[in-house]
Amino acid sequence: MFDLSRYQDRETIRHVLDSAKTIAVVGLSTNELRASHFVGFYLKRHGYRVIPVNPREREVLGQTSYRNLSDVPHPVDIVNVFRAPDALPAIAEEAVTIGAKTLWCQFTVINEKGARIAEDGGLSVIMDLCIKVEHARYRGRMHWLGFNTQRVTSVRGGLQ
Amino acid sequence: MEEESRRLGFETRQVHAGQRPDPNTGARAVPIYQTTSFVFEDSESAAAYFNLQEYGNTYSRIMNPTVAAFEERVANLEGGCGAVAFASGIAAQAAALFTLLSPGDHVVSSSALYGGSVNQLKHYLRKMSVELTWVDPDDTNAWQAAVRENTKAFFAETIGNPGGNVLDIEKVAAIAHKHQLPLLVDNTFATPFLCRPIQWGADIVLHSATKFIGGHGTSIGGVVVESGKFNWSNGRFPVVADPSPAYHGLQFHETFGTYGYLMKLRFETLRDLGAAMTPFNAFLFLQGLETLSLRMARHVENAAAVARYLESNELASNVTYPGLPTSLYHPLVEKYLPGGAGAVFSFDCRGGREAGMHFIEGVTLWSHLANVGDAKSLIIHPASTTHRQLDDDELRAAGVGPGTIRLSVGLEDIDDLLWDLDQGFRQAAGAAGSKEAACST
Repeated sequence: MFDLSRYQDRETIRHVLDSAKTIAVVGLSTNELRASHFVGFYLKRHGYRVIPVNPREREVLGQTSYRNLSDVPHPVDIVNVFRAPDALPAIAEEAVTIGAKTLWCQFTVINEKGARIAEDGGLSVIMDLCIKVEHARYRGRMHWLGFNTQRVTSVRGGLQ
Repeated sequence: MEEESRRLGFETRQVHAGQRPDPNTGARAVPIYQTTSFVFEDSESAAAYFNLQEYGNTYSRIMNPTVAAFEERVANLEGGCGAVAFASGIAAQAAALFTLLSPGDHVVSSSALYGGSVNQLKHYLRKMSVELTWVDPDDTNAWQAAVRENTKAFFAETIGNPGGNVLDIEKVAAIAHKHQLPLLVDNTFATPFLCRPIQWGADIVLHSATKFIGGHGTSIGGVVVESGKFNWSNGRFPVVADPSPAYHGLQFHETFGTYGYLMKLRFETLRDLGAAMTPFNAFLFLQGLETLSLRMARHVENAAAVARYLESNELASNVTYPGLPTSLYHPLVEKYLPGGAGAVFSFDCRGGREAGMHFIEGVTLWSHLANVGDAKSLIIHPASTTHRQLDDDELRAAGVGPGTIRLSVGLEDIDDLLWDLDQGFRQAAGAAGSKEAACST
């Protein structure tokens, strides 16, 4: 496997989470038990505009679902991918075309070609990390459940 | 300004990890959140917490901010992805096992364990219709040979209690992983300062926090750490991977990935067994962790000196301190425990059970009690106490003879500890001498 660490940079993750407003979730399911639904629900709760991209759904989390990224009529900051790794190059190309700023690939959505397409198109790439976990690590309450956030600070208000 | 993206040292993390200044009050020490429950922001938040859609505090049987600070600190020091604390080490162990076992399953365990663990594995697992095979932990072929179709876990201690067996973690983990099984390691005697089993391939690390983590003999507690790397969806663990009837069909491993086992451990096993750590004990354990490296360095230094003293004393034999250059485990100590081989070990007192008893009664600094890992030096006769429920074969397998005495070496002046042992031997010899004299007249 190629070196994923370049796609897991802490500074990039923090910048992406802080600057994004709109997140297109590719593969977002209406099934409340699916990981994509947990993530979409969480992101919406934390103030992001969540846009479902899934040809098999008409509406998810109260939002119209689009067949593909090109159909989304709003500017997209993050393309968040819950699909098989093989689907990534095509999604990355679309993400470049629509001018998204970041391609965020969930746990195990690992595809080197897809990452390179997005990177060459000027996008930040995060890979094999969960956007919900990273949000909870840097801006949320992951530490409330005893998870290792790997964060240390003595600054008051530096962490929630 | 955000914290630097640098790898912080162990001693920085033992003081800081898991705990940040309280955002509301600025309190620098961890506040003791002595509360059963937490007010919800609104109905939607309440529902999101109970649906596990949001990280939130609901009820202190399941999570508590003081306990969470302790959990994260241990997880950080062990290099795991998270931790769940329990009311005792034994509760932590039971919960770690019950989360991954179903009736009809099988566990392979080292036979060189703390007597309380032997009881739990032998009797309680049987009660839950789980089969068990004991293996000599030093015999890697025995681990391999014990694996069956229904085997679900390997279990061992980093440093066996009280025999001092040092586990070849990397080798045993490799065998476990070849069969798609997790290796559970009780790291109580080493602490994360001396050994981090996850680094060598262990999947789950357990602690009785009661011991060196607390360090002062004040509180009972336990903790389970998971690496987050084990594939619970490999087909052998439907109990972790399949839809959970307790959460409307939620598939913990698929949905939470790396955190799936720990989520299940907390939101099913801890929720349903109820052996939660109290916030006050978590506070005391956090205080303990802040000085862990300092205390362990001294524990190890004193233990090595006591072991050397006993090895050169003709009234003692079979000194099981693995840190001795003469120990069978010396090569494993060099690999897994380069900072020292812990501070708990045993020796046999010449004169057997009787002499051992007189020895224990003769010492005045070493406390005769059933615990280890205190700042104070401790002494006990395992065959009649901690390992009392074991039969003769099990005692032998655990390295316990009739005259075996277990020591937990504390932080006192080493000269005083050795002086006290010396006078204990004199008392034992005196008692034996007067008995001989009585017999000869």
